[in-house]
Amino acid sequence: MGFALLAVIWLITLISTYFFIAKTWWLPLGASASAAFIDGQFTLTYVLMAIVFLGAQLALGYLVWKYRDGAAAKPVKYSHGNTTLEILWTALTAVLFIGLNLMGSRVWAHERFEPAASGAVPVEATGMQFAWYFRYPGTDGNYGVTNPTLIDPSAGNEAAIGLDSTDPAAKDDVVTGSMYLPVGRQVDLTLRAVDVIHSFFVPNFRFKQDAVPGLAIHMHFTPTQIGDYEIACAELCGLGHYKMHGMVHVVSQEDFDKWLAQREAEKQ
Amino acid sequence: MVAQEAHGHGAPQGFIRKYVFSLDHKVIGIQYYFLALAAVFVGMFLSLLMRIHMIWPTAVLPLVGEIKPETYLSLLTMHGTIMVFFVLTTAPQSGFGNYFLPIQIGAPDMAFPVLNMLSFWTTFVAFIVMLAAFFVTGGAPLHGWTGYAPLSALPSAGPGEQLGADLWITSIAIFCIASLMGALNFITTTLDLRAKGMTLMRMPLTCWAWFITAILGLLAFGVLLSAGILLLLDRNLGTSFYVPLVVVNGQVLGHKGGSPLLWQHLFWFFGHPEVYIAILPGMGVASQLLSTFSRKPIFGYKAMVYAIMAIGILGFVVWGHHMFMSGMSPYSAFAFSIMTMCIGVPSAIKTFNWLGTLLHGRIRLHSPMLFAIGFVSLFVSGGLSGPFLAQPVLDIPLHDTYFVVGHFHLIMGVAAIFGIFAATYYWFPKMFGRMMNETLGKIHFFITLAGTYAIFMPMHYLGMAGQTRRYSQFTEVAYQAKLIPLQTFMTFAAFVTIAAQFIFVINLFWSMKKGPKAPDNPWEATTLEWTTATPPPHDNFGGHTPVVNHGPYEYSVPGATRDFILQTDPLTVHQK
Repeated sequence: MGFALLAVIWLITLISTYFFIAKTWWLPLGASASAAFIDGQFTLTYVLMAIVFLGAQLALGYLVWKYRDGAAAKPVKYSHGNTTLEILWTALTAVLFIGLNLMGSRVWAHERFEPAASGAVPVEATGMQFAWYFRYPGTDGNYGVTNPTLIDPSAGNEAAIGLDSTDPAAKDDVVTGSMYLPVGRQVDLTLRAVDVIHSFFVPNFRFKQDAVPGLAIHMHFTPTQIGDYEIACAELCGLGHYKMHGMVHVVSQEDFDKWLAQREAEKQ
Repeated sequence: MVAQEAHGHGAPQGFIRKYVFSLDHKVIGIQYYFLALAAVFVGMFLSLLMRIHMIWPTAVLPLVGEIKPETYLSLLTMHGTIMVFFVLTTAPQSGFGNYFLPIQIGAPDMAFPVLNMLSFWTTFVAFIVMLAAFFVTGGAPLHGWTGYAPLSALPSAGPGEQLGADLWITSIAIFCIASLMGALNFITTTLDLRAKGMTLMRMPLTCWAWFITAILGLLAFGVLLSAGILLLLDRNLGTSFYVPLVVVNGQVLGHKGGSPLLWQHLFWFFGHPEVYIAILPGMGVASQLLSTFSRKPIFGYKAMVYAIMAIGILGFVVWGHHMFMSGMSPYSAFAFSIMTMCIGVPSAIKTFNWLGTLLHGRIRLHSPMLFAIGFVSLFVSGGLSGPFLAQPVLDIPLHDTYFVVGHFHLIMGVAAIFGIFAATYYWFPKMFGRMMNETLGKIHFFITLAGTYAIFMPMHYLGMAGQTRRYSQFTEVAYQAKLIPLQTFMTFAAFVTIAAQFIFVINLFWSMKKGPKAPDNPWEATTLEWTTATPPPHDNFGGHTPVVNHGPYEYSVPGATRDFILQTDPLTVHQK
């Protein structure tokens, strides 16, 4: 029985670890400026936790086998513990966990404490059951007024977010169902939701943020590679949650300008 | 202490007073246990349907029919709610705690037997109300067990959000009231009814765990109750605690100015301590069993007690780690993150002490011990994904993915369930007077251990690859569709694991009737429940009050005549 238990615990541990090390399933390709930082912190945490995982599980399997009862078992060593050891492993885990946290916090501060830089590309993303709409403020750089009573989801685009066309600042606003971004430029993202909470998740950008009704949440990130990336809604938002899907197209600056101009022209 | 006077009620006469509206903590404990057993089978059946739907979204099942996306979300909501409240809160604390806390501290009953009976029957009503949500128009709610507003507050936000959602929140409110009554009873009993010589630092670690869990329950359920009442008001009386101006399907609703984040703060102020409410009793049971079956005192008893306290205190200041992506201030995320990492320290202390207990022991690998060892393994595996999620920056890619689902299922789901299994195999002889079948117990253990790892470990891989949770199918997002083969593997692992649970149920009911008669102390253990008859008499100790002379885990004391010293043994027993 002792050996069976050792074998099962060790097998589970080693098979689990194999798939982590082989990276059979892993973080998707990182395509934003912060992906490298986040992946680095992830890998560091992962290596440290893997050492503890292997150490603890292999020790557990070994101990139950080594000290199993039986004819050959040694007498029990009567002991209520060891204060020095207690202090030692308390201190070690405290240093490990808090140290890890402080290292990760630098990246977090960079991502979330600072506002977007001036010159970032402004985009507003609005979530509703079950679609994302993306708004660009146009040449004036200002978003026009939206009015909840004008919201008409079935009409799509400008009407879906309730853009008030009587507002002069709204004239050049462009609203689309797919997100276009120029490569290598910081995006100044404003997140909104009109009905329930949604979450804007682009795995390749290592970016996720809830969109909350009643709040305009300001975030920033910088796409670094041209390509098409999927957006998945990450907050349960109703029966269509699983298909609340969108695309981010990261293109060159010229293509982005061309696309935006074309959309402006279509709108007029 | 005043144990004897507190036992005001005599032995009951008649079936109803004896088995239905009983005041006896032992009967109430068994009632809670069977309520949880019924609930866990309902919850498990729901998860089976979910796993089938994820792989075969269009399958038409016999009796159940086609599972639509909204049905899937109802299953998910009810699975989570039933498991968390009616299984993980009910069995380890209200079930085993009720039965064994008074006996282990040498009391004849709980401090307030009538309150104890009321709290069980209130829980029972809550369960019936919860199940009723399946059968009303629109069905059960689809907003998940966390019930995030505004989705949970708006009847027009989806099917199941009408009467089903009202019943859901009403049931939870009733459950909160029952838990508050139970918590008061546990706290008073522990503080006031300990036998002579049973100092706090001589209490078994199970009692410490139940005591601290009761304090957590007292502080947490009150908040959830208030939050639930506000949600009912938002839903039915047009208030706006949680709902700002929203537009659902082009319709402007009448709410304005509410805060969706308020619900999350209130919910998680309850929700995080709830994790410890589910797992602390399991930790107590694991400690008790590792010591008993290693024939060795628990390694670092005092450190274990302080660790339980530290977990209890820190458990109340970490709720914000569920909200890193919610729009909460990034500065408070930083604070919550540090506190969360700190809670890893007492958890690590407990793990080290469990390993230290095994070291140089003589380990008897009976079924209860196997499950206690399984508990430690699962606690380590589930715990180590914590430091990923506790760092806000890593929570960015991992939040609301299967990584989180794997994390909390391993630690708060399966580890806690292993605690329940360990407790069942360990205390069954005392509760029912017969032994369970060892062979079936071992088969049940190995399939369940390997099976649960096969289901929940791959969830971490899926989460890293960005698979979002609460998706009824994965066909709509291209990168997620690629992960379906791994989901299929998990579904088959679930089939096997679920099937193995019937071995347990058969063993349980068969042994109750046909198992070999149990001696008073089959495991040669030390705590007070093993000093009394099997099953214990109505007043637990047959008319006398035990006097405690020893700590709870005196095994293999050098010079003693046998390898365990009962807590009630005379002080001279270890001198030959």
